[in-house]
Amino acid sequence: MVLFAPILDMVDSPEFFIEVIIGGLVAGVMYSLVALGFVLIFKASSVFNFSQGVLALFAALTLVGLMDGTVPILLIDSGFPLPAWAAIIVTGLVMVGLAFLIERIVLRPLVNQDPIILFMSTIGLAFVLEGFGDILWGSEVKALDVGIPTGNFLIGEIQLQVFDMWAAGIAAFMVLVLAVFFQKTRLGRALRAVADDHQAALSVGIPLRNIWIVVWAVAGFVALVAGIMWGSSSGVQFSLSLIALKALPVLILGGFTSVPGAIVGGLIIGVGEKVAEVYWGPMVNGAIENWFAYVLALVFLLFRPQGLFGDKIIERV
Amino acid sequence: MSAQERVFNETLLSVENISLSFGAVKAISDVSFDIKKGEIRAIIGPNGAGKTSMLNCINGFYHPQLGQMVYKGAVRKQMKPHETAANGVARTFQNVALFRGMTTLDNIMTGRNLKINKWKTWLLAAAIFVGPTRDEERVHRAFVEEIIKFLEIEAIRKTPVGRLPYGLQKRVELGRALAAEPELLLLDEPMAGMNLEEKQDMCRFILDVNDEFGTTIALIEHDMGVVMDISDRVVVLDHGSKIADGTPDEVKKNQDVIDAYLGVPH
Repeated sequence: MVLFAPILDMVDSPEFFIEVIIGGLVAGVMYSLVALGFVLIFKASSVFNFSQGVLALFAALTLVGLMDGTVPILLIDSGFPLPAWAAIIVTGLVMVGLAFLIERIVLRPLVNQDPIILFMSTIGLAFVLEGFGDILWGSEVKALDVGIPTGNFLIGEIQLQVFDMWAAGIAAFMVLVLAVFFQKTRLGRALRAVADDHQAALSVGIPLRNIWIVVWAVAGFVALVAGIMWGSSSGVQFSLSLIALKALPVLILGGFTSVPGAIVGGLIIGVGEKVAEVYWGPMVNGAIENWFAYVLALVFLLFRPQGLFGDKIIERV
Repeated sequence: MSAQERVFNETLLSVENISLSFGAVKAISDVSFDIKKGEIRAIIGPNGAGKTSMLNCINGFYHPQLGQMVYKGAVRKQMKPHETAANGVARTFQNVALFRGMTTLDNIMTGRNLKINKWKTWLLAAAIFVGPTRDEERVHRAFVEEIIKFLEIEAIRKTPVGRLPYGLQKRVELGRALAAEPELLLLDEPMAGMNLEEKQDMCRFILDVNDEFGTTIALIEHDMGVVMDISDRVVVLDHGSKIADGTPDEVKKNQDVIDAYLGVPH
């Protein structure tokens, strides 16, 4: 009986309940942003990219470094801090350059290898990028402020954060752009074509290598956005790369191949863990937030391994 | 009953002394033939004769160890498949190789990949789908609609191709190849696994493509009736070597060809 008591609490104070839900949705949006990067690369190359979280960290580090005018490696002040918009553009270019290097150094020598080998190589990539980011920009925690408005406002009895609204808006915009990009454009079709059939893609004139660069560049952009949002809300630091682990249950829920799935999965996990934490947490001395997502993912693995929106897994025996 | 002989002068592709082996297995040995501009050229032969390997050489999936290809009057350097595609070679596959998750329309649009202006659709422009990208998409969509009309597949425009029956999939694959406006169209068993009615449709499409667009076609096919009816010239391979080359009537009478198909002790 005591397990159901919190439900009465929810009904008793609906405003507070809604605030909790909104808090969860916002956290979910942030998870989704990271999960999106995973989905993109998985869709186009069937590679699970373990380094997506570190990509976000690397993007955020570069952005902060450029905005502070830090000289890479030497870590002294160059006296040329860039305005936020310029720093974002330069960081975007850095991510494209990184995509180029990753294709050349990591993916190309491993072409035609098993997915598990490519997966392992992305673990290696994660460590390299993490260390490289430290060498370039130093390892202390940095504050990131790209000028996203903060503050809060009230709708009725419910208090909302301006920053959260921006985060949600940006995530929604990203999803829209990616959906249109995948469905309606030449490059988007080429990406899906490569994912479907390498030979046929080649025969219509799609060079695989360029496509991989495009995929990793797009994943780099998504990482940049995720890095900006996470960095702005909780500072740019190493733990940023660990949010990637939270993206795993999101992917299991949403399905590894579905862009909408990444969003819905993120929202479900965000809301689920917040509600569980706030209402049921006190019964077990809290910390439900830390494991809720993984337990949910396990349940999904048992009953619906392809996730909510993923392609059904059919294998010939 | 074959139609009166058409005469072609200009050589589009000439295959000269091609040999291809995989380790110790010789797939093609010293084969030469040419494909004239505007003709329908059939490559036939028993199973394992090296027909598909030949197409794969022309299209760049395989690189023959010996011999050369003269394409449009110049010796062609070793090319990757996406490079031959850019040079006007399109193909279909023996086991339909469509993008199964995509609709008919998207499959054929993908075939248009090389014709769509790259700069109007580069990454950032495409990402925000601004004016020029959209206009470019519209122009090519219109062209693709023409192909869809030509192949009479209007009704399945928005159907994911994985759900289509085999015969229609083959037709969509032909559409994807046509979308590239190829100069040389390679068809690997376009009628395999089809019923009589589907075969007749496919024959009609192949003849119409050749007739209306002047596309040069090289095809591999097992149905001898079809081959003899629609092709201008036939090259016959057996065990990786060329055993005959000529008009359908000549080939039909060739003793080596008859032996290869009926089997005689070697």
